[in-house]
Amino acid sequence: MSEITKEQVLHVAHLARLAITDEEAEKMTKELDAIIGYAELLNELDTDNVEPTTHVLDLKNVMREDEARKWIDREDALKNAPDQKNGQFRVPSILD
Amino acid sequence: MNFETIIGLEVHVELKTKSKIFSPSPNAFGAAPNENTNPIDLGYPGVLPVLNKEAVNFAMKAAMALNCEIATHTKFDRKNYFYPDNPKAYQISQFDQPIGENGWIEIEVDGYTKKIGITRIHMEEDAGKLSHTGDGYSLVDYNRQGTPLIEIVSEPDLRTPAEAYAYLEKIRNIIQYTGVSDVKMEEGSLRCDANISLRPIGQEKFGTKAELKNLNSFTFVQKGLEFEEKRQQKVLLAGGEILQETRRYDESTKETILMRIKEGSDDYRYFPEPDLVPLYIDDAWKERVRASIPELPDARKARYVNELGLPAYDAMVLTLSVEMSDFFEATLKADADPKAASNWLMGEVSAYLNKQQKDLADTALTPEGLAKMITLIEDGTLSSKLAKKVFAELIENGGDPQQIVKDKGLVQISDEGQLTEIISSILDQNEQSVVDFKNGKDRALGFLVGQVMKQTKGQANPPMVNKILIAEMNKR
Repeated sequence: MSEITKEQVLHVAHLARLAITDEEAEKMTKELDAIIGYAELLNELDTDNVEPTTHVLDLKNVMREDEARKWIDREDALKNAPDQKNGQFRVPSILD
Repeated sequence: MNFETIIGLEVHVELKTKSKIFSPSPNAFGAAPNENTNPIDLGYPGVLPVLNKEAVNFAMKAAMALNCEIATHTKFDRKNYFYPDNPKAYQISQFDQPIGENGWIEIEVDGYTKKIGITRIHMEEDAGKLSHTGDGYSLVDYNRQGTPLIEIVSEPDLRTPAEAYAYLEKIRNIIQYTGVSDVKMEEGSLRCDANISLRPIGQEKFGTKAELKNLNSFTFVQKGLEFEEKRQQKVLLAGGEILQETRRYDESTKETILMRIKEGSDDYRYFPEPDLVPLYIDDAWKERVRASIPELPDARKARYVNELGLPAYDAMVLTLSVEMSDFFEATLKADADPKAASNWLMGEVSAYLNKQQKDLADTALTPEGLAKMITLIEDGTLSSKLAKKVFAELIENGGDPQQIVKDKGLVQISDEGQLTEIISSILDQNEQSVVDFKNGKDRALGFLVGQVMKQTKGQANPPMVNKILIAEMNKR
């Protein structure tokens, strides 16, 4: 029923910056196809009168007041940076 | 072949809430790099964003001021992409349920007015700021990460670069009045990307569009679009094809430069943000926000013309900024004549601000001071020439105009006896000028007025000086 292609798997892997081997791509194509096929069972349900759900919790409008608060120092913010310079995170440049 | 230009603009506006949209970090421009960050902004695992209620209020306020319908059910979505300006590798944005839709504004260009549609306004978080150091590395400052943004997407209703400019001015003007943003392009609190395509006149289908980036001022938006319009026309006339590409405006060459060619549409894999629950905006909430919107520039402009009797030009100039408009109204409240107040604000005050590159708030001038000075001119205490001296003092150092007049001895001499005495002695000293005047040389009168003014240090009442001079000379 489902029709996941290897190209789709490679495309999604690229978007997620996952380096997968050709073998893995083959394997995932089959697995993803099976998963999507299983999920497609849901299409058998009549959902004409069901409101779309965007969240699993029965909550809405969870908000906070607009109050500014310092939480961590700049030193702490940079503590886990693999590289830093002049108080900033240093990363390989990506030209776009 | 003749072409029609189609332009659509995407405007990002930073909202000036106290804290960020999903975290309590201070939302402020100009702090030391990474000073205003916390684990939520930095995208640490396990942290949870919580929506800032004021950011929603501000977004609604802007959307309403731009005549949008406000969503009743809305939510946030994840837009996935990898770029170091966003440590989470996704931006929390709104995809299919924007907070506002179907808005419009009216623009005025070269004497015609036109309604420009606004497709949608959605809320999202701003990303960090990258500086490219040129050594193969970039430095990232995440202070801006999480600043509340609204993105305003126009309909492709704009037909000329001048219309695009007018649209931007109007958006800035309206949002400035709502007070939800500083809308300063130089600080990045207003940013603009432009889409432009050409199609043969009469054709319904849009041509392929190019997206322009790095438009750092309204003028650059217009100039970039003008360049791009000509470039595309040349390509099309030569039988070429426009590719869907992103181009950057270069300020030094005034040209647009290819950044990248877009292959297929962007694949951001949007999905509902699981860390945030849906947002329901009921009518009561909408009405509360609506009630907080102040009178907007178009309404003020109309009131200045219809109720205050100002010329349309004055009304336009006075409402260009909310600061000027508020100052004008405060001056009226202090009992100034509307036209006189308008003249001073459009003339001397604006000239001073331009020359000093200052905002009204940075000067010592107060609406009360200006109103009082105008009253002193009206009751004849001050001539317009002396008023300029009082004004210079008022705008530099402030104070009470009446006191300044006294301290500087600037009271206008309007006493007829005193003036006649001064004038008689000047005529005695300048007999040749009297003869010249009688022989029809008008210049002689100007010279004599000048002499009187010199002797009185500019304090003589000019119309009276004229009158008495002529009368006295005719007696001789």
